Amino acid sequence: MSEHVIHFIYLASTACFILSLKWLGAVPTAKRGVIVGTLGMALAIGGTLLEPTIENFRFIAAAVVVGTIIGVPMAMMPMTAVPQRTALSHAFGALAATLVGTAEYFLHAPHIARFTMGALAIEVILGGLTVTASLMAAGKLQEIIPTRAILFRGQHYLNLAVLGLAVLIGIYLVIDPGAWWLFPIMLGLCLVFGVLLIIPIGGADMPTVIALLNSYAGLAASMMGFVLNNKLLIVAGALDGSSGLILSIVMCKAMNRSMANVLFGGFGSASSAQGAGVKGEARALTPEDATLVLQAARSVVVIPGYGMAVAQAQHVVCELAELLEENGAEVKYAIHPVAGRMPGHMNVLLAEADVPYEQLVEMDDINPIMETVDVAIVIGANDVVNPAARTDESSPIYGMPIINADKARTVFVLKRSMASGFAGIDNPLFFNENTRMIFGDAKKTLQALISEFKNS
Amino acid sequence: MTADMLPNLYVFLLATFVGLEVIRRVTPLLHTPLMSLTNAISAISVVGALVIAGRAETSLSTFLGTVAVAASMVNVVGGFMITYRMVRMFKGRDQK
Repeated sequence: MSEHVIHFIYLASTACFILSLKWLGAVPTAKRGVIVGTLGMALAIGGTLLEPTIENFRFIAAAVVVGTIIGVPMAMMPMTAVPQRTALSHAFGALAATLVGTAEYFLHAPHIARFTMGALAIEVILGGLTVTASLMAAGKLQEIIPTRAILFRGQHYLNLAVLGLAVLIGIYLVIDPGAWWLFPIMLGLCLVFGVLLIIPIGGADMPTVIALLNSYAGLAASMMGFVLNNKLLIVAGALDGSSGLILSIVMCKAMNRSMANVLFGGFGSASSAQGAGVKGEARALTPEDATLVLQAARSVVVIPGYGMAVAQAQHVVCELAELLEENGAEVKYAIHPVAGRMPGHMNVLLAEADVPYEQLVEMDDINPIMETVDVAIVIGANDVVNPAARTDESSPIYGMPIINADKARTVFVLKRSMASGFAGIDNPLFFNENTRMIFGDAKKTLQALISEFKNS
Repeated sequence: MTADMLPNLYVFLLATFVGLEVIRRVTPLLHTPLMSLTNAISAISVVGALVIAGRAETSLSTFLGTVAVAASMVNVVGGFMITYRMVRMFKGRDQK
């Protein structure tokens, strides 16, 4: 098969990927986007298999079967497990890039041009650290390993030293690609760095970190394109890299923090908890009394957080919302960009529970009308509705944009206990005049509200 | 190989800008499917893995290539499937 045909197939595949991301931009065209993306990947794989140098199809067939056997169950995971699933798939993607880079190096060393060697070193460094970092992130999200941030003395110096050494070895390899024994050391250092990188990251920072790892996995694929002189890889990797970059910037802005602060801050560790402290008494409310308030409400805003996902409460939330709408109230869901454990986490859960997407409102669109809202129901969210971010300069989250739940006429907070949120910060919202706490498991509370509503 | 260095850098630069422009317009509503789709697209590493595994030059390269094909196929199959599952869940009021 002529080489030109393969090139044209790759060109078509590149166009498919760009269109795919463009169409994913809005809900009505999103399905088409995924289909075109799949087509692009099919073209890329089909085109590659036409390559005359590929002779050994037995191993390839076996690998495709194994990959499919693992891939299908990973596509069937419940939506609540999407953050850890995504982290895990970042690890698989980065693993592929790292292995290809390693194979390329040992095939061609020492006859590797400097520029190629540079790209190869970046590919293996980014790939290697992403493999272990993603596995660690998946472990934290699945709660196999402790989710809180772990800090120790000299942590930053250790991390920087490990990464710095790996980069120095990478630079040395560019100068002398024949020093093959250095290559495994560089790879090993990156694997260690990946673990070290995630140790000080708490659960609340996972959205940013997952986005960043997404970016690294893409850049590693792009670097592979430089090594193999394949423009399809360069483009697809760069698209992925820029997507991860944008998402992590969006997440950082939503927390009013810099990337460095997320990576090195150790936010969510016990030691960072501070702030002015809150005095006052929280007022509890029974589901029966809460129902009376809800029956009178004309506009209700639900503010979900990670707690909703933990309690698997998205379906009952939707059921209650439908009852409220039948009762003539207008119901909206206010989604904070960092609510949950990955970008857009809440939207997917609520969409799964059949909430029409028109009802999912972004923070910036809900805040201006918050004062006109009769009841705001906070479900498993804490830091994203903490008014201390607006008012208390000594609070660690001061300056973070929040959903102004406290401005609603009445605020219901569904919460297990008075324990503080992930960041370990007191929340003055719970002690406000207009706030009522409904203690208990969010799902059970909502079910109680629903049955009260139906009985009255 | 080095002759293509500059054109490749141009391609990388332009693709990054295209990516930034396209992704910036994606509604936050779909940020989870977006990440899942870009993750599936980055399984494009499968192209490099197929070549290494298929050429079977040394036993080390064949082994690494084959594992890499399997790893990226996980994302090719799983990534596009779960993204499709997700975007199908987003329905408007009139579709209920």
